[in-house]
Amino acid sequence: MSESDGHLATSEKASHEKVTIGRRGFLRAAAISGIGLGVMGVVAETVAAATQTSTTTPTGPTKQWCMIIDLRLCNGCKLCTTACQTAHYLHEDQTWMNVYTMQNAAGEDYFMPRPCMMCEDPACVPVCPVGANFRTPEGLVLVDQHKCIGTRICMNACPYDARYFNWTDPVPAPRQPFAQEPEWPVPQVKGTVGKCVDCAAMLPSGQLPECVVNCPMGVLYFGDLTSDVAVNGNGATVKISTFLAENDAIVFKEEYGTHPRVYYIPGHGQDLNNNASAS
Amino acid sequence: MTDVLNPPSHTTVPAPGADLRASAMRPVLETPSWWWPAVAILGVIVVLGVVAWVYQVANGLGVSGYNDGAFWAIYEANLVAFIGVSYGGAVVSAILRLTHTEWRAPLTRIAEATALVTLPIGMAFIIPHLGNPSKLWELVWPPYWNLTSPILWDFFAVSTYLLATAVFFYLPLIPDAVIALDRLEDEPASTRVRVRKSLYRILVGRYASTPAERRRLNGAIGLIAIMIIPMAVSVHSVLSFAFASSSRAGYMETILPVYFVVAALYSGVALVVLTVAAARRLFHLEAYISSRHFVRLGFVMIAFGAAYLYLTFTEYLIDGYSGTTGAAAWVYQIVAGRYAIPFWIYFFAGGVIPLVIMAVRRWRTTTGVVVASTLVVLALWIKRLVIVIPPATEPLVNSPLKGSGVLAGNWGTYHFTWVPISITVAATAAIPLLLLVVFRFVPILPMAEMEEIDEAGHEANLEASV
Ligand code: SF4
Ligand code: SF4
Repeated sequence: MSESDGHLATSEKASHEKVTIGRRGFLRAAAISGIGLGVMGVVAETVAAATQTSTTTPTGPTKQWCMIIDLRLCNGCKLCTTACQTAHYLHEDQTWMNVYTMQNAAGEDYFMPRPCMMCEDPACVPVCPVGANFRTPEGLVLVDQHKCIGTRICMNACPYDARYFNWTDPVPAPRQPFAQEPEWPVPQVKGTVGKCVDCAAMLPSGQLPECVVNCPMGVLYFGDLTSDVAVNGNGATVKISTFLAENDAIVFKEEYGTHPRVYYIPGHGQDLNNNASAS
Repeated sequence: MTDVLNPPSHTTVPAPGADLRASAMRPVLETPSWWWPAVAILGVIVVLGVVAWVYQVANGLGVSGYNDGAFWAIYEANLVAFIGVSYGGAVVSAILRLTHTEWRAPLTRIAEATALVTLPIGMAFIIPHLGNPSKLWELVWPPYWNLTSPILWDFFAVSTYLLATAVFFYLPLIPDAVIALDRLEDEPASTRVRVRKSLYRILVGRYASTPAERRRLNGAIGLIAIMIIPMAVSVHSVLSFAFASSSRAGYMETILPVYFVVAALYSGVALVVLTVAAARRLFHLEAYISSRHFVRLGFVMIAFGAAYLYLTFTEYLIDGYSGTTGAAAWVYQIVAGRYAIPFWIYFFAGGVIPLVIMAVRRWRTTTGVVVASTLVVLALWIKRLVIVIPPATEPLVNSPLKGSGVLAGNWGTYHFTWVPISITVAATAAIPLLLLVVFRFVPILPMAEMEEIDEAGHEANLEASV
């Protein structure tokens, strides 16, 4: 386990190449070869390629954002959840960062924060009929709420229940420092899907995500796989590859092949690779 | 035409000619006393459904009982169920045509019309299903297309199928329009006659009723009949992919496409039984549609019903037996947990009772088949809810060690509210409403087809006696 995560963390390029032959590659190949609509496939590919090149900035190595969650330290205070909800003007049940109460083998409760896993091979992206979900060059999976038509098929696809719908009018928000865009979806749009965005709009200026800053226990680390450095809200800095390897880090539901960029450090007797709702 | 005619054997009408044409054209030329009241009541129900939808658009899908613990529910089930009942047209008109089953002839127009009206109603459920219906246009605008999405392919498949269904309704109508035009010559001129005359002229187009053209037309109908079967299969298969492209127990099932297609055929034949029974009663078609038609349709129906029961059994048995935590929890919730009541309603009303009705000779009557079909249509709608709702309410992040085994996790709950119920009732009312309108313009029996089969029968008899 530790070895594979060390690998993921250090040789990011190789692992990224590997995952592109995964679900998306298969579906795209299937779609393009499907029922004589190859021409449409070519059109869509060209459009996709055009949009992709326009958003890539060629300056310097791209950051590859990731999160590390140290389950040994979490006391279940849920300050991360409320900080996220306050910052993004979310309803109470829209828990982009949700803290689940779990039970270990000894029958004791432990707490498990769950943001969006920012999957390298996200299940939510290929299923969207209008391409409202996308993955940025920095490895963030985001939703364009101005494009989203509200089919909720991404909520069906995500294996982590990480997506939340705007079933009613969103919480009204005052003027924001950023425009309403996928990186800062505030206020939310009624009838569209929302989820954790790793506080994408705050990252370029060097700010940590709200949940990370507001965790008093230092459970949540935020970092960049390219420079191999992560920090938590208390200012502790770690070298990602060694930190993950030394602490036997795991990813949630590894068997789904989503390659999450959220790494969990389990405590004693925790079985995070549970298969509770998988078939 | 009266009931002095004995119930026909395999042919449809004893002598070709005026009686058949008069019966087929009567709904077009006469307005029964109940017609306007019926249309008014059904129209009000449909309008109320539209009002409910407007309310939902204004207030969000939350007013329809949806929440993050139940993100798909009644609209998705309706989408599947209403598109499903349109399959009766494909069965009765395409499969029975290709197998040269002659007793189908008087039923084809009614079956095709039912398909033609239920399919757009089913498709319309995309609109209340969407959170943001004002962006619906993105589905038809190629730059937005994401070809890896099952929903997009649903949309392509259903649209193609709708087109094919319309063509399949139109082609057999051409020779009937020729007959109808002929008949309208004798009618005193009125707006009603004038409107229908111009409609029939458009339908006929440049078709000349020569034997050669008639042969070519029959060839075209046969071709569409062949094409429409794989199309129908593709529609419900692709529809099932939208559910199956997931990691949820109960959705991620390889059996799902077959399961969807068979359910659609089953409920489709049941709805044809109901519309045929209603049309026979309301438009006095007893001389052409006998109890033997119903019994035969009943047999076709329970053949699909038995297959469906078998698939249900296979799915739940294997998933339950495998014992993977998620699958076992899902099966448990369906057969003995929170979804047990609707599941067992399906099992008896949609699985066992129709089989028993058709198995007992004394119950195998028109009434028996109509009762069985009513049960099937209702039970299969409930079954669609049992397919759609449980996996959408499954908790995906939970602790297998917490709670007692299969009950672990917080299952979500869908709350029925008046909004989706009103929309569902409106969609149901729209079926008879649209059919009443269709048969005010279109002959209810396929006159040309029935006469052709009848002539063929005569010739066969002559040859046999020679
Ligand atoms: S956790 Fe879910 S929403 Fe987030 S990227 Fe992965 S599949 Fe998508
Ligand atoms: S990273 Fe930002 S959006 Fe994601 S859970 Fe934390 S506060 Fe919320």
